[in-house]
Amino acid sequence: MAMRRKTKRKIGMTVLGWAVALLVAFPIFWMTLAAFKTEIDAIATPPLLFFSPTLENFAEVHSRADYPVFAANSIFISVSATAVAILLALPAAYAMAFHPSKRTKDLLLWMLSTKMMPAVGVLIPMYLFFKAAHLLDTTYGLILIYILMNLPIVVWMIYSFFRDVPKEILEAARMDGARPLQQVSMLLVPLALPGIASTALLSIILCWNEAFWSINLTATQARPLTAFIASFSSPEGLFWAKLSAASLLAIAPIVIFGFMTQRQLVRGLTFGAVK
Amino acid sequence: MANVMQSGGRKRGRGREVRTGPLIAPAVLPLIVWAFVPLAVSLWFSLLHYNLLDPITRFAGFDNYSYLLTDPSLLDALWNTLALVVGVLAASIGLGCLFAVLLDQEFYGRSVARLLVIAPFFVMPTVSALIWKNLLMHPVNGLIAYITRSLHLGVIDWFGSWPLTSVGIIVAWQWVPFATLILLTAIQSLDREQVEAARMDGAKSVSMFFFITLPHLARPIAIVIMIETIFLLSVFAEILVTTNGGPGDASTNLTYLVYKTALLDFDVGGGSAGGIVAVILANVVALFLVRTVARNLD
Repeated sequence: MAMRRKTKRKIGMTVLGWAVALLVAFPIFWMTLAAFKTEIDAIATPPLLFFSPTLENFAEVHSRADYPVFAANSIFISVSATAVAILLALPAAYAMAFHPSKRTKDLLLWMLSTKMMPAVGVLIPMYLFFKAAHLLDTTYGLILIYILMNLPIVVWMIYSFFRDVPKEILEAARMDGARPLQQVSMLLVPLALPGIASTALLSIILCWNEAFWSINLTATQARPLTAFIASFSSPEGLFWAKLSAASLLAIAPIVIFGFMTQRQLVRGLTFGAVK
Repeated sequence: MANVMQSGGRKRGRGREVRTGPLIAPAVLPLIVWAFVPLAVSLWFSLLHYNLLDPITRFAGFDNYSYLLTDPSLLDALWNTLALVVGVLAASIGLGCLFAVLLDQEFYGRSVARLLVIAPFFVMPTVSALIWKNLLMHPVNGLIAYITRSLHLGVIDWFGSWPLTSVGIIVAWQWVPFATLILLTAIQSLDREQVEAARMDGAKSVSMFFFITLPHLARPIAIVIMIETIFLLSVFAEILVTTNGGPGDASTNLTYLVYKTALLDFDVGGGSAGGIVAVILANVVALFLVRTVARNLD
């Protein structure tokens, strides 16, 4: 009896759980379908669930619209900003984790608090500074902003991973005369590599999806995918199938990264308060 | 956050003293510049009569502020900002709790279902805004219009009649999954033995939720509120690609208002004053929230 009730409950939950999951993910599913439709099928009434799929949108997006350039910009910007942020963060995280002082805690909290400043509060000075320094519409400009934007989270995450490393190992290395930067590069980085990798993934996700600075500070050359997709909002927006194909290509890698790094992401985004 | 900070001031080992200054500086100095210099410049600009179309720039005192504070657009923008934050937060917490509890139950294909629910959080804002705007909410060819028409309910002109609500739905679609992810992770750390014991004692599912799960979620909920508020105060791309802040100012929030004043109307002084108002607002919220969270932490 009890067994049967349990099975019944499980089946009920399966129906409910999948109903919610499919409903929430439906817009992504619908966009994916549209990416394989012709433009006419994409705006057909009644909407088509079954149709003969085509790959022409992807070919079109790739050949026209400079899609590869924007994709390359997105990759270059997110990877560079992440790499620099990690390089800057490693020594600081080492010092904070293994040589803490009374001010370490305040310093960490202060770093996190810089994340609370709304970007729009400094948009104008940054825009004018970029204009004066010829950084408008350059990938380097965006990289600079993204480094500063992600540095607090990156420092914090690497710090928390370093603290999981047993002190004795480090002690031994120090006895052998390893200097701080040697300890970081030869010991801590290999030991904390999985943690550093997930920090990198999280930072790449945040850079990839960032839309405020990328839209305001780029025009044509340095445009990453977020800003490129935004340009579909007017006239070109009529091409739904192409928009969908471009969107699918833009989100696919990052959604997969996101799935891979879920748990670390929770840890990073909540500053360790939820594990 | 407190558990992070319990590093203690003890020196480890007897090795030579390590000078931490040069190690920390590369990360901290750029952040200090980033945190103070642009903000100071914003503050200075906000006291100037400074328009890129007007060659004369002069000191204006608090003119920009007095103009801004009597401008109905600012009140609208403040109201819209608040409505957007509160509405999306309510949806995130309500649906987030519901989904998290549901996805914690045992069922077939649970791990795939979890991934599906979380997926929208990883979709870039411009993409999610355009999917909703074109494929779903479009009054002629959109799927929702087709469904309501088939049910003889008429057609809703989402962005014309309900601009702020529509933007809110899109933003909520991105942030409910985030809340679900955080709350689900928190539920999974719930002590299973305690749950089993309560069940043995004959606790019903509903009372289990209210007396065991929900108290356990108090802290993660506070954290979700804090993090989402920070991001929701700065919603921008979703507004830009769907309504452009319109019709009128109906879906203009503070961020969008500053963008419009500065980069479309070239009014540097007025835009900066709006930016400062946004910073003050964010700080008030942050202070309030940090306190709430800090109380929750001990």
